[in-house]
Amino acid sequence: MNETPHIEIRNLTMAYGDFVIQHDLNFVVNKGDIFVIMGENGCGKTTLMRALIGLQRPALGTVFYDGEDFWNVDLDQQARLKRRLGIMFQGGALWSSLTLAENVALPLKEYTDLAQRRISDIVSFKLALVGLAGFEDFYPSELSGGMKKRASLARAMALDPEILVIDEPSSGLDPLTASRLDDLILELRDSLGATIVVITHELASILGIGTNSIFLDNESHTMINTGNPREALTSGDPRVRHFLTRGVT
Amino acid sequence: MTFTHPHNSDERKWQLDIHHNGNDLLVVSCSGRWCLDQDLPSIETIQVEMDNALGRISFNTTQLSAWDTGFLAFLQSLLSLCAQRGITIDQDGLPKGVRHLLAMATAVPEQKAAKKRRKKQSLFFQVGSATIDFFRGAPEMLHFLGEITVSFGRLISGRARFRWSDLWWEIEEVGPRALIIVSVISLLVGLILAYLGADQLRLVGAQIFIADLVAIGMVREIGALMTGIIIAGRTGAAFAAQLGTMQVNEEIDAFKTLGLSPIDFLVLPRMLALMMMVPLLTLYASFVGMLAGLLVSATIFNISMFEYYNETLRALELKHFLVGLSKGSVYGAIVAYAGCLRGMQCGRSAESVGEAATSAVVTGILLITIAASLMTIIFYQLGI
Ligand SMILES: Nc1ncnc2c1ncn2[C@@H]1O[C@H](COP(=O)(O)OP(=O)(O)OP(=O)(O)O)[C@@H](O)[C@H]1O
Ligand SMILES: [Mg+2]
Repeated sequence: MNETPHIEIRNLTMAYGDFVIQHDLNFVVNKGDIFVIMGENGCGKTTLMRALIGLQRPALGTVFYDGEDFWNVDLDQQARLKRRLGIMFQGGALWSSLTLAENVALPLKEYTDLAQRRISDIVSFKLALVGLAGFEDFYPSELSGGMKKRASLARAMALDPEILVIDEPSSGLDPLTASRLDDLILELRDSLGATIVVITHELASILGIGTNSIFLDNESHTMINTGNPREALTSGDPRVRHFLTRGVT
Repeated sequence: MTFTHPHNSDERKWQLDIHHNGNDLLVVSCSGRWCLDQDLPSIETIQVEMDNALGRISFNTTQLSAWDTGFLAFLQSLLSLCAQRGITIDQDGLPKGVRHLLAMATAVPEQKAAKKRRKKQSLFFQVGSATIDFFRGAPEMLHFLGEITVSFGRLISGRARFRWSDLWWEIEEVGPRALIIVSVISLLVGLILAYLGADQLRLVGAQIFIADLVAIGMVREIGALMTGIIIAGRTGAAFAAQLGTMQVNEEIDAFKTLGLSPIDFLVLPRMLALMMMVPLLTLYASFVGMLAGLLVSATIFNISMFEYYNETLRALELKHFLVGLSKGSVYGAIVAYAGCLRGMQCGRSAESVGEAATSAVVTGILLITIAASLMTIIFYQLGI
């Protein structure tokens, strides 16, 4: 109870100008969690993620990583915190002028002093993990939508981040690949000790791998704490049950 | 055989032991810390030992204190080496997480056929392919010109479908918003022309003819040429970037699949806007240039404003305006054509959008210069 939480979101309010997207978000992500952020399209999941990873200053409130106030520390400190995060964007955000191998290698080149040979071993391994072995020399424009997403996950994992923030990993993936991705996420947590914050609509993933969750409500513009998604399905807030059962209840 | 971390023998660092057990089993023992923050061994280190391995490899990792991707990448290269040589691998001695992750990495087999190495091309090859590209490009350019012509045909027969609001938007964008840059450049060009002319004409005591030089020069040639070049840089590049980005986002494909002509929707309004606005900008540029001539003559060369004004009126005839305006229209059409052509030809990456914009400006200016020479010769021969 007395130890500092891994990630703590305190009184967070996100807004575009006067347009409040979500207000008064308070939640904690523990080490080793697979934390699911759910909600309807446009409720502000991506916007919340941007506040977590330092792309968009929240209107109010802040985020703590191991007790350090992310939005109120100096820039060096913030950069150090950012380096502990691996991020996969909703649209992939691969650098289009670089090949897949170069995309994954860039963070390794910038932040480690590994030899080129080691880097290319690691890059091949990461690409193999997401099922893209052999695509090292492809440019993002030569890949399908789902392949781009997976390549983007490989880049997010490049530095073995402590915290992996993933925006809609499984949209656009076939069911087999999506379930392989879930296995990979579980394994990253279990073997490499990563904490995962995942935004997803994929019910199978939410219920299959989520250990904790929040639901961002589109009407009240604030969160409903839903705890373990499997429990939310049976005993949670009716709005969340409605969402998780695709409107059946 | 034992390998250790090169700089430190601390037990927290990695250590690798290899020994033969029986005649065909090689036991690889990894102990200590196998993480990226260390100088981990590469597969070449144990290549020699591997050469002696005949049938099987097994692992011992009981002394392994920590591992991460560095360890996994090492094992993966070991695995693929063994696969090549037909050596069986017994993964039981590896930690469970390692086995799972390795299994995931091999779940989707490597696409062998997909792999392609990009070779560095020789200069000879590059020149050759650039030449071929150029000749391949010409029919494409003509084809695009044809499509635009057909689209104009549809416009005239009232069957072209585009949104008139787009046309107004483009007109505002390419016309009024270009006024400031056109003013600045024409003012300076008029000024240069007046200085240059005055200096020469003074030699024969005919300074008053600065007015003729500036008026005819600006109205017939330079007004249109400068405007054309400004618009090529400003609007041609913008057109290419807009259409190129739409190409990247599959917006143009979306038009096509709806059975709508992207030429009608996207190219036609841009062509029309430039063909209408560039002649007007040309006219405007000519007046600004003449104004600059007037100011220079009056302040520096002591020609009275009234004299200059009269001389200008005497020099200008309607045909000069018609020549200038027709050039303006042609240049406008050229810039729109080059911008839209390069935009529509754009590839699917951010880089190709940049290339499209550059290429639109180069093509636009090149075509303008060619057209300017041709038209000057034609008008001269016709005596206009
Ligand atoms: N740059 C912006 N300016 C103004 N409003 C924005 C901007 N970006 C997003 N919004 C608004 O913020 C709200 C939340 O957007 P956000 O992208 O966070 O949704 P989301 O929950 O990630 O949706 P999805 O499930 O579709 O990805 C939306 O109503 C959107 O219109
Ligand atoms: Mg989103």
